[in-house]
Amino acid sequence: MNLKANSYRLRQDILDMVYRAKTGHIGGDFSVTDILNVLYNKQMNVTPENFHDPDHDRFVLSKGHSVEALYAVLCQKGFFPREDLLTVSQYLSKYIGHPNNKVNGIEMNSGSLGHGLSVAVGMAIAGKMDKRDYRVYVVMGDGELAEGSVWEGAMAGGHYKLDNLCAVIDRNRLQISGTTEYVMNQESQEERWATFGWHIISVDGNDVDALDAAFEEAKTVKGKPTLIVANTTKGCGVSFMENKAGWHHKVPTEEEYQQGMAELKEKEAAANE
Amino acid sequence: MNKIANKQVICEVLMEKAKADKDVVVLCSDSRGSASLAPFADTYTEQFVEVGIAEQSLVSIAAGLAKCGKKAYAASPACFLSTRSMEQVKVDCAYSHTNVKLIGISGGVSYGALGMTHHSATDIADIASIPGMRVYLPSDRFQTRKLMEALYQDHDPAYIRVGRNAVPDVYTEDNCPFEMDKATVLGEGSDIAIIACGEMVEAAVKAAEVLNAEGISTGVLDMYCVKPLDTEAVIKAADAAKAVIVIEEHTTIGGLGSMVCQVIAANAPRKVTCMGLPDAPVITGTSREVFDYYHLNCDGIVAEAKKLLG
Repeated sequence: MNLKANSYRLRQDILDMVYRAKTGHIGGDFSVTDILNVLYNKQMNVTPENFHDPDHDRFVLSKGHSVEALYAVLCQKGFFPREDLLTVSQYLSKYIGHPNNKVNGIEMNSGSLGHGLSVAVGMAIAGKMDKRDYRVYVVMGDGELAEGSVWEGAMAGGHYKLDNLCAVIDRNRLQISGTTEYVMNQESQEERWATFGWHIISVDGNDVDALDAAFEEAKTVKGKPTLIVANTTKGCGVSFMENKAGWHHKVPTEEEYQQGMAELKEKEAAANE
Repeated sequence: MNKIANKQVICEVLMEKAKADKDVVVLCSDSRGSASLAPFADTYTEQFVEVGIAEQSLVSIAAGLAKCGKKAYAASPACFLSTRSMEQVKVDCAYSHTNVKLIGISGGVSYGALGMTHHSATDIADIASIPGMRVYLPSDRFQTRKLMEALYQDHDPAYIRVGRNAVPDVYTEDNCPFEMDKATVLGEGSDIAIIACGEMVEAAVKAAEVLNAEGISTGVLDMYCVKPLDTEAVIKAADAAKAVIVIEEHTTIGGLGSMVCQVIAANAPRKVTCMGLPDAPVITGTSREVFDYYHLNCDGIVAEAKKLLG
């Protein structure tokens, strides 16, 4: 699979979902798309066929509001039919605005921030107890790092030397009220997590090759969990959405939808050349 | 007088289960000693997870373990487990539907003089209000064992509250009738029905003895299953009696009394007196002193019964 082109393909599905539902968190969806694309299409051993097998890799989307990006990836992997995407956030749909495990392919419900890391720690401890080879991945937002419970999980991950655990921070530097540095300073995550006993990798989080290399490096680390600081652009892929806090959960107008879709198609085509 | 606290029985049962089932996992938040779980931690080191003083991650980690096939028992003081971890209980246990059994130790006012920070006088209301959470308050060590045996068999989340100290036996080893999610009927009465849970069951039984001796026909329901409430038993007991008394080691707001009142109002309307802790920090004292101060004892129940019958 051409991962780079696929990221733009997935963003088209996300844009469709948010435009149709008139709700969603498109800015964070677009910043996290490349991370989910690399995890599900290159790194993780998880498919609809092995999802109930105890050895499959686990994934928790702690920044649950980016669920549209997860729906796009899971749908493409065959966890549910494409027509289900038409029901996202619609009356009586199980495809709600945050992950829930009534949807095939989703392990844990999230939406309340600061939970996913500790849940992933539990999954990783279970893997160690049972001597299973699966890996556990969790993606957090950077605004989420203000939640105290994140640091309880960070402490436990380091304490238990969970080298089967890989956490990713979608470091897009924006949250609903403005920059993370304005709302609550999140600089020097690398130093902060290193003191908790984590192996740190800092990458361009919208570069699929760099992400792939980071996940590969994480697999080689022994005796420590890995934190990947994925430096991303909120709204990545659509020029007028990029680095705008307003696009945290704004719904595009028809004109914006058309323009965004045209840009994404163009970038997909260019990546395919 | 019995010297074995209910929490010690929980440890015994978990050790028995852990011996044969490697998926039984116990988690503590620097609470293995106060939970009487140190023997488990020492014996089954591979099946024990210490999270430190971090009740939020205690519950989330338990949920992650459960999601990967473990039978997770997270034990922590009821006061912290029910409120500090409430968000994690709601999302990671109830909403995500994970097999986590939350053991709230030193519940109610059993931390005595340590004060309101350490009392869990609202835990029934807190946890029972979460969709998908069950709430159990066993009355003595024999019932605690039966309850833990039953909970081991299922795969749903639940909250179990036990006290800090050994409590008088209500049952005996040979005579502890138990059916999961069904109240235990400790006598039927045509004048007064007393519905109690946890440590208040013993006082209810004593009060019924006094009242029956005085010619006031009194029955007792041990409603250890606060949620799911045994509504059938409540209606039957209320139908048979002239008035109902509910007693619990909990605020009267949103606890067993509130739930019983909803059932009685809709199905068997009659007077109900709810006995419980005040809507305020309780006085300083041991459990017994606190109970006596607020008349949560045999004499208090007898007095309320007579008041109800006019």
